[in-house]
Amino acid sequence: MIAILPPTAPARMVELEIDGVEVGALEGSTILDACRANAKQIPTLCFLDTLHPVNVCRICVVEVEGSRVLVPSCARKVEPGMKVRTDSERVRHSRKMVLEFLDSSVDLSTTPDVADWKTAYGCDSERYGPPALPAPAAERDHAHAGHHEPPDPDHRATVAQPVKIDNSLYVRAYAKCILCYKCVEACGTDFQNSFAIGVAGRGFAARISTEFAVELPQSACVYCGNCIAVCPTGALMAKPEWDKRSDGTWDESRQTQTDTICPYCGVGCTLTLHVQDNEILKATSPFDQTVTSGNLCIKGRFGWQYVQNRREDEPSA
Amino acid sequence: MDLKLLNADPTTEERAAIDTAIVSLSSVGADGVFAKRHLLLPALEAAQGRVGWISEGAFNYICETLQVPPAEAYGVMTFYALLTAAPRAPRVVHVCEDIACKARGSDALINELKRSAGPPAHYVPAADHVLVGDDDVAWLPSPCLGLCDQAPAAFVQIAGEHPIEELFGDVTIDRLRAAMGGTLSLARAPRRRLPQAGGSSLRLLRRVDVVDPTSLDAYRAAGGYEALRRAFEIGPEAVVRDVTDSKLMGRGGAAFPTGRKWEAVAKQTVRPHYLICNADESEPGTFKDRVIMENDPFALIESMTIAAYATGCEYGYIYLRGEYPLANERLSNAIVRARARGLLGADIMGSGFSFDLEIRKGAGAYICGEETAIFNSIEGFRGEPRNKPPFPVQSGVFRKPTAINNVETLVNVLDIVRFGGPAFAKIGTDASTGTKLFCLSGHVAVPGVYEVPFGATLRDLIDLAGGVPDGRAIRAILLGGAAGVFVGPQDLDMPLTFEGVRASQATLGSGVIMVFDDTVELLPMLQRIAAFFRDESCGQCVPCRVGTVRQEEALARIAAGKRRGGIANEISLLDEIGLAMKDASICGLGQTAYSALESAIHRLGLLGEQTGR
Repeated sequence: MIAILPPTAPARMVELEIDGVEVGALEGSTILDACRANAKQIPTLCFLDTLHPVNVCRICVVEVEGSRVLVPSCARKVEPGMKVRTDSERVRHSRKMVLEFLDSSVDLSTTPDVADWKTAYGCDSERYGPPALPAPAAERDHAHAGHHEPPDPDHRATVAQPVKIDNSLYVRAYAKCILCYKCVEACGTDFQNSFAIGVAGRGFAARISTEFAVELPQSACVYCGNCIAVCPTGALMAKPEWDKRSDGTWDESRQTQTDTICPYCGVGCTLTLHVQDNEILKATSPFDQTVTSGNLCIKGRFGWQYVQNRREDEPSA
Repeated sequence: MDLKLLNADPTTEERAAIDTAIVSLSSVGADGVFAKRHLLLPALEAAQGRVGWISEGAFNYICETLQVPPAEAYGVMTFYALLTAAPRAPRVVHVCEDIACKARGSDALINELKRSAGPPAHYVPAADHVLVGDDDVAWLPSPCLGLCDQAPAAFVQIAGEHPIEELFGDVTIDRLRAAMGGTLSLARAPRRRLPQAGGSSLRLLRRVDVVDPTSLDAYRAAGGYEALRRAFEIGPEAVVRDVTDSKLMGRGGAAFPTGRKWEAVAKQTVRPHYLICNADESEPGTFKDRVIMENDPFALIESMTIAAYATGCEYGYIYLRGEYPLANERLSNAIVRARARGLLGADIMGSGFSFDLEIRKGAGAYICGEETAIFNSIEGFRGEPRNKPPFPVQSGVFRKPTAINNVETLVNVLDIVRFGGPAFAKIGTDASTGTKLFCLSGHVAVPGVYEVPFGATLRDLIDLAGGVPDGRAIRAILLGGAAGVFVGPQDLDMPLTFEGVRASQATLGSGVIMVFDDTVELLPMLQRIAAFFRDESCGQCVPCRVGTVRQEEALARIAAGKRRGGIANEISLLDEIGLAMKDASICGLGQTAYSALESAIHRLGLLGEQTGR
């Protein structure tokens, strides 16, 4: 993202050590920033540089000398003389376990990079036993804090549950939700200020929910789709993409991405149109775009059906 | 804010209860986004207390009045075990199923309830919106209620215009039936006195069961408010110096030097500063703070006033766990009386120093004893711990510098100020100064809180509590609570000092000493500990949210004889899960969730024995 710097004194450089190599980093930047600037690969899931770091997924943890526990590189600021290890045995173990914990409880089939990470860290999610049957619809929505059914010695618990389809624009497949809080941030003070969703419940029963789990049309949702844009796992997905993935016709090798400008108002948001077989399937906006930071409104996100209404089609929006 | 609200209205009763709660609580210091939001939990508690559950109408009214988006308020409401959005009977009996009560027969009580009163309230899907069981009464199993000296315990809530809440100890089936039937007088067991009551060596407990806890005059006659007078004489810097010289370490579990914390808050230039007393005593096996608050409430109020004076705090909160109604009543009384005599409020004792405080009640969440989770809970957000840094001394409640101390820690300050830090430092050992409260429970003849100078051994404490009844042998001792460690009979000579337990890779935690004799099956205790952490995890970070589940599942497989790849494999899996929770969790809950299990497995060889290995 291109940051517009306020007219203050330039930030000072901080010297620190990453994996035994002295590096410099801007004061106020994070360990993750410093690692990325020095070509260190750190996996992230709940991090996005357009949102406040919540450091909940813990996959980006690194070892900092003098710290009793591992620290989240996405949120911890660099300090002079800090000695950071990004690939120690402790770090690799925690990353492996975080991946196994997620992979054994959540459907990560549409999460980018996970397959590579699982190989790199030697994950084996099957050692927790076969998965339990998916929860019936709405059961997880009403779990009471502080209580759970005794564990089943033959199966591992998961968050599997039916997809929520309650509107024509996007679906919520919480069986794929890793609870990264990004959608809540995007819907709340970080961007949209709609506050249609929050984290409800507690522990393994924590979930993203509207008030009383009402359907989206009854909620404060304005269908900007900015939650979809930041969702790292495909739990939130535009309806056409969900339908095409469900019937097996989603094929990224046949897709093109074309940038254009949203035609609706004077703001001039950049739209990236994802097209397959001459059909627009979704619209996004680049995260590094200064006007939008990846955000759109309902019109830019979903209002492009008119472009491809053909005479024989029913109006679909 | 332009809020999209539900289409539901509160009843007149709900509206009145919510209005009263909101009006009664101060808004001191809260501004901007916090101006009304910090009243969210008290308002939800008021609605719950009025009818026994939170209706959509009451919820809607709260959101509208406090201008909180409904989805966020719902996230807060569903975070707490004592709040429920599903219609429920007005009378609820919570029966403790935790380890201390389990060791003293709570399983039988719960089985009897299941047989006679049907399933617990939470097993009925909320979506069904039906009243549970009997229209008048519901029951729920509960985590530790902090009455382990009187195990088994129960907690009764009766909703109404004047809600009734009461803790019951020494519960029998007959007393439980009386509680379920609403005849509370028949549910009460005879009151137990503090085992050491009136003892001449007592410092923290010297007034317990000796001085009337409801009378300010009685408190003053017993030396009360002499410490505050001396604090005003010597000035705030000297108070901090005395506390630093006393080498007082925090008694809540983390053992941080109190003087360093106070000094750091005192020097913060950002204003206001806040003081919080962490009275969310929820660590299984811990009940020392309850004993102080119920029986010597003025001591806590005086201590907090001194702490506020030393650290420059304008306002204070006592964050009290929701299951301590008597402590709430006694503290509320003490606050009112102290305020009436000018011992709280403006210009205390003519010193020019002003300070006031209020009680904030938790609603059933162990995690809210974590210091940064308390901040979020008070502010009206979900009780999720924050990442540190920044530390509370820089950015605590309402993002302002905050001194946060445990009840026992604060009460120690009275003698430190009265007699000076160096005098206090002479008590105990060089590295562990003063006296310590220990919570003896389980299989000891006289369970209760015991106060001893640091240096006493584990054996000394167990002997003090009358030893193990019937001459039985000790099987295991849980030190420090569910987040602590199991030790065995071979560890009885361990000195219970910070340095002594550290040398033995143990912990004092919150002062829990829970004794299990050789009749106890330990595996079900471990399963209960694992279930506890799973229930109490806030769910924010992956290692704790999922790790506590995988840990409980592995124990369930071991208990059911369905080990995947043999016991050695299951143990190494538990070790791997435990290490990730310890290394990568955000807060102390996840970091210690494997601690007791690990010690039972590796120190006591529990699972090896189970399999005859």
